Amino acid sequence: MKGNWEVLGGAGLQFFGKMSASISHEIKNALAVINESAGLLEDLSLRAEKGIPVDPERLKKQSGSIVKQVRRVDDIIQNMNKFAHSIDDPVKTIDLVQTVTLVVGLSSRFAAMRGVVLAYQPPPKPMMIQTNPFFLENLLWLCLDFAMSTAGTAKTVNLLIDSAERGARVRFTPLDRIPDTTGREFPEEPMKALLAALQGNLNIDEGNHELSLSIGAAPVER
Amino acid sequence: MTEKVLLVDDEVDFLDTLSERMKDRGINVSTTTSAEEALKKVDAESYDAIVLDLMMPEMDGLELLKAIKKKRPELQVILLTGYASVGKGIEAMKFGAVDFLEKPADLKVLTEKIKEAQAHKMLIVEKQVEEKMKNIIRVKGW
Repeated sequence: MKGNWEVLGGAGLQFFGKMSASISHEIKNALAVINESAGLLEDLSLRAEKGIPVDPERLKKQSGSIVKQVRRVDDIIQNMNKFAHSIDDPVKTIDLVQTVTLVVGLSSRFAAMRGVVLAYQPPPKPMMIQTNPFFLENLLWLCLDFAMSTAGTAKTVNLLIDSAERGARVRFTPLDRIPDTTGREFPEEPMKALLAALQGNLNIDEGNHELSLSIGAAPVER
Repeated sequence: MTEKVLLVDDEVDFLDTLSERMKDRGINVSTTTSAEEALKKVDAESYDAIVLDLMMPEMDGLELLKAIKKKRPELQVILLTGYASVGKGIEAMKFGAVDFLEKPADLKVLTEKIKEAQAHKMLIVEKQVEEKMKNIIRVKGW
């Protein structure tokens, strides 16, 4: 099946830009904490030079804070690296569990900004599918974005992965405002193009307040 | 004169360390990670400057800026953010922010901005008092 490349390209660039901006913002926040910790250590050194006693606990606290922020930046950059490399191959066998983990990681800042908790317990076993990794990430983000906007008062989105008839399924639950009252068309044009490209299917189960995304095994051809 | 500052940011570690450094420099600092609490503090206290992050959970920093300026137009708001965008900076200035600094920022620069904000606020308050006095004299006919 041929993809609608105009819509896919536009949506893809928008997705890539949004995630890149969020990543840069996160890195800057971590750098700001490191900058203040380094500044405080310098302040304390100047005091020590003047013979003013310095509490070792203040030093330990700041070195601990720097280590914590370095780990945070390392995690962010690891995600950024995986995300950037997802464009490398148009068709690849990937682990869906790892892909959902990556999208959840990339979306965590957006969730925090909306006061939404993303509850995701990755299944212990990998779930391999052949697909276009970048398109899948884009589609997962659009589903998650919709789920967060319809999460209602619960302010929690649970993500569950299971195997489906012709591939795999990712479920987003509970959605409190179905049918959608956000005024957004659903699925929007980019979602439709991604679903067609990935041979996927979206289903809203009103009874269970659930959105489920089924992904086929055969990817889009160029 | 001691500057009284409110720091609003959702990064707890950042708030802790920056406020510690400011206190060491004799600045009277309060902090909050919540936009809602910031508005309550603005209602209850008088600050020389508010240092505000642009990206806040629940309420966007620009929305918070607008709400603060609506409540207390004389308050001096400095935006300090990792959200590096010229457009957002211009928008913030239009809504009444006095300055826009990018994270990570130099504390010396931030402190200078706070001092400038304090001086500016004093001028505004003096002008307001003068206007009030003129009004009283006019109404009472003294």
